[in-house]
Amino acid sequence: MTEALVEKKASAQEVRVDGAIAYRPHVEVRHVNVGDSPVADAPAKMGVHGLDLYYKDFHALKNIELDFPQNQVTALIGPSGCGKSTLLKSLNRMNDLVEGCRIEGEITLDGKNAYRDVDINSLRRRVGMVFQQPNPFPMSVYDNIAFGPRTHGIKRREDLDQIVEQSLRDAAIWDELKDRLKKNALGLSGGQQQRLCIARALAVRPEVLLMDEATSALDPISTGKIEQLVGELKSKYTVIMVTHNMLQALRVSDKTAFFLLGEMVEAGSTDDIFTSPHDKRTEDYVSGRFG
Amino acid sequence: MTPKMDLASQTAADAPVNASSAALGVSDRIDAMFAERKVAHARNRVIVSLLLRLLVYLGALLTAGVLAFIVGYILVMGVPYLTPSLFEWEYTSENVSLMPALVNTLIMAGLSLAMAVPLGVGSAIYLVEYAPRGSRFVGIVRTTTETLQGIPSIIYGLFGMLFFVTALHWNLSLLAGACTLAIMILPVIMRTSEEALLAVPDAYREGGFGLGAGRLRTVFRCVLPSAVPGILGGVILGLGRVVGEVAALLFTAGSIAQIPGFATEGLAAVFDSTRTLAVHMYVLASEGLHINETYATAVVLLVLVVLLNMLATFAARKMKKGNRDD
Repeated sequence: MTEALVEKKASAQEVRVDGAIAYRPHVEVRHVNVGDSPVADAPAKMGVHGLDLYYKDFHALKNIELDFPQNQVTALIGPSGCGKSTLLKSLNRMNDLVEGCRIEGEITLDGKNAYRDVDINSLRRRVGMVFQQPNPFPMSVYDNIAFGPRTHGIKRREDLDQIVEQSLRDAAIWDELKDRLKKNALGLSGGQQQRLCIARALAVRPEVLLMDEATSALDPISTGKIEQLVGELKSKYTVIMVTHNMLQALRVSDKTAFFLLGEMVEAGSTDDIFTSPHDKRTEDYVSGRFG
Repeated sequence: MTPKMDLASQTAADAPVNASSAALGVSDRIDAMFAERKVAHARNRVIVSLLLRLLVYLGALLTAGVLAFIVGYILVMGVPYLTPSLFEWEYTSENVSLMPALVNTLIMAGLSLAMAVPLGVGSAIYLVEYAPRGSRFVGIVRTTTETLQGIPSIIYGLFGMLFFVTALHWNLSLLAGACTLAIMILPVIMRTSEEALLAVPDAYREGGFGLGAGRLRTVFRCVLPSAVPGILGGVILGLGRVVGEVAALLFTAGSIAQIPGFATEGLAAVFDSTRTLAVHMYVLASEGLHINETYATAVVLLVLVVLLNMLATFAARKMKKGNRDD
């Protein structure tokens, strides 16, 4: 996996200057690598239907229609301010915290209306989130991971021990942290903190994992580790990520949706979006002509 | 420098013809500005920084000097009269023991903090975490507390007298005094707690909510621990004001130099009149009969304040450590 990833990375970087068409060579690599299930086959884990979102008078998202297939990685790309993070935050109702934010339309989780038929706290447990800046709580590594399970009523020490170990293993950081569980999480490096946050999100057994530019504050090595991790996580979780880095979308995602000025211009399999986009604006963006 | 200047003036002349060479000319001219001002500026800078440094040192020296003088003066005047008889349980007009006042000070501080801290921290939590951000109500409350913070304590004393002492018929009492002081330090504790909570990054809140924790759990587990040192700072400020307060207490708690009779009266003793150390000092000094003992009392008050501050700092460090390591 790692090798292939590196290879992919390398080939993607080489062809970047040449524009969209030149991305084609490594498409084959992708399929060898990831192709467990083509986009069309997977059922939708979450869906967004006719979504309009307003911040006070500002119309931030316009009539969004998008499905997030189960056990796949969906990437949301687009220039800053296009609404992709806003959409992500609507999926677990983090936008409820924003003053003056209003939503019309429907967001579904397993076919149920996420705003009406699901309790907000259980929605946020089922739809976990990793933020742009690593945000471990100012407590020990152990307590960080145990925070979520404790919130949802798991108190027995041995249960928590198990969850902490499993979550850290799932986030591929157990070996680095197993001797530092009692140490304060703020003392970790940025990359470790972010993987700790992923572990913390995994500790409540989410079904969907939202990643809001989760690697933008990290160095390339940590980014590589997290990208690899995402590739492994999708066997258990549905992953939805916002990224500014098109190569990242290309490397990690199965489905890509391109946003511009609050509209979703185009969505489809990542291969299609990067190699044969239907819309001129998508093509310009993915080939680096603007944004 | 001269060839450069020549080039600059030359390109400046052709500017309309060739935009990029004009830009080059401007850049050269800016280089020339720096070169020209270099020597004079360096000289000025040395003088100015020397002057500023002197001023800063002077300021620090003056402040520390005045403080040292006051403390030294009190110690010199007071320590020789710090006799065991000053610490006897009973106050008489011959032996002006400070013990009752010392005990009363601690009771008064404890009572008023017990009222003001939960209220102040609670309302700060409401304002920051629960009330809609940027709401008009929050703005009004904030302005009000800021104003209240600046009101002289005698006004609080007058209010306490009119309301607690007269209207509620509590008479001059420990309880009336403690309530008045609680109201007086409430804005201080509220504002500092609010600032401390506002300083906690939203990332902690998002982290808590993102894991499906409700608001209560997020506030108490993720936000409050980081704010504790700041809140304790406010509590220390409030404590300082309580311990040093005279004016407000004269109107509300009176000046009977006795420990309230909790042993005999039970809880009803909160309606006994008391005097704290600061009031005790004021009374002694205004009587003018026991000036030496007044200085000795001042020494004790000084030590008490230092001790209380150390205790609070220690508590803050302990709590900080609790959520930092281990």
